[in-house]
Amino acid sequence: MNKNPLVQRAERFLSALRHCQVLGMQVEAADKKGLTLRLPYSEKIVGNPETGGIHGGAITTLMDTTCGISTVCFLPDFEVCPTLDLRIDYMHPADPHKDVYGFAECYRVTPTVIFTRGVAYQDDPAQPIAHAVGTFMRLGSGAHIKSGFPEGKA
Amino acid sequence: MNRQAFNALLSEAHTRNDYSALIDLVPYARLIGIECLRLGDDMVFRLPAQADNIGNPVLPALHGGVIAGFMEHAALLHLLMFMGSAHLPKTIDFSVDYLRAGHYRDTFAQCQVWRQGRRVANVAITAWQTTQTEPIATARAHFKVDES
Repeated sequence: MNKNPLVQRAERFLSALRHCQVLGMQVEAADKKGLTLRLPYSEKIVGNPETGGIHGGAITTLMDTTCGISTVCFLPDFEVCPTLDLRIDYMHPADPHKDVYGFAECYRVTPTVIFTRGVAYQDDPAQPIAHAVGTFMRLGSGAHIKSGFPEGKA
Repeated sequence: MNRQAFNALLSEAHTRNDYSALIDLVPYARLIGIECLRLGDDMVFRLPAQADNIGNPVLPALHGGVIAGFMEHAALLHLLMFMGSAHLPKTIDFSVDYLRAGHYRDTFAQCQVWRQGRRVANVAITAWQTTQTEPIATARAHFKVDES
């Protein structure tokens, strides 16, 4: 993997999110078109013990994180953008014992709001497990990580 | 697990007001630490504060994905308990609105089944920390329920 500056920024962002470390999430790729994160398969995130399928909550966490961090690909400087809303549509269940990838892009950036969309997939991005749409708030230039987060979540 | 064994587990849980056996069936629910309490005829779900669920390290605040996962699983458990089906419903779609920061403290959730059809159920979920009238998030979801 080539360590371009966007990958480095995304990795720095991801490494600060403890729950994502617990799930073992990693940056797969980042460029001007968007961000791809990887959620490794593990027994602890199984939601259906009969099939071994991953819980929707882990997919939601993957897509919330991917949509949220995809902002680094589209903003000139690091900004903390709390999620306003997130919607996940499931196309088909995830295959057990396979990693899940999340891809997201920002398709509209305004001074106050960022609109993102993405997919969760396993083998083929054209055959996604789920589609995701998320809206994020921009808190302005005063809201940098060093000065603490105002009301809202990362 | 077959329906009979599941129903035995469920009625045992109702009798003892201890739903841990039901929650332990699902690894993800154990990972984030979901608990379930019955208050009269109401089911209230609890997500105790747990450092591994933190997303925002500065506030600190729970990861929004964990809050959503907690709400989704609360809805699944709610449907299981009131439908008497031995199989977990499948999520069709899930939509969450974040209203306030989910601070590093206990979180609660309650579900409302607005429509239970033969194939699809519509559930609204509210999550709060301080008081139920100031939710940190609301969500709605559709689930494919199994008829057998």
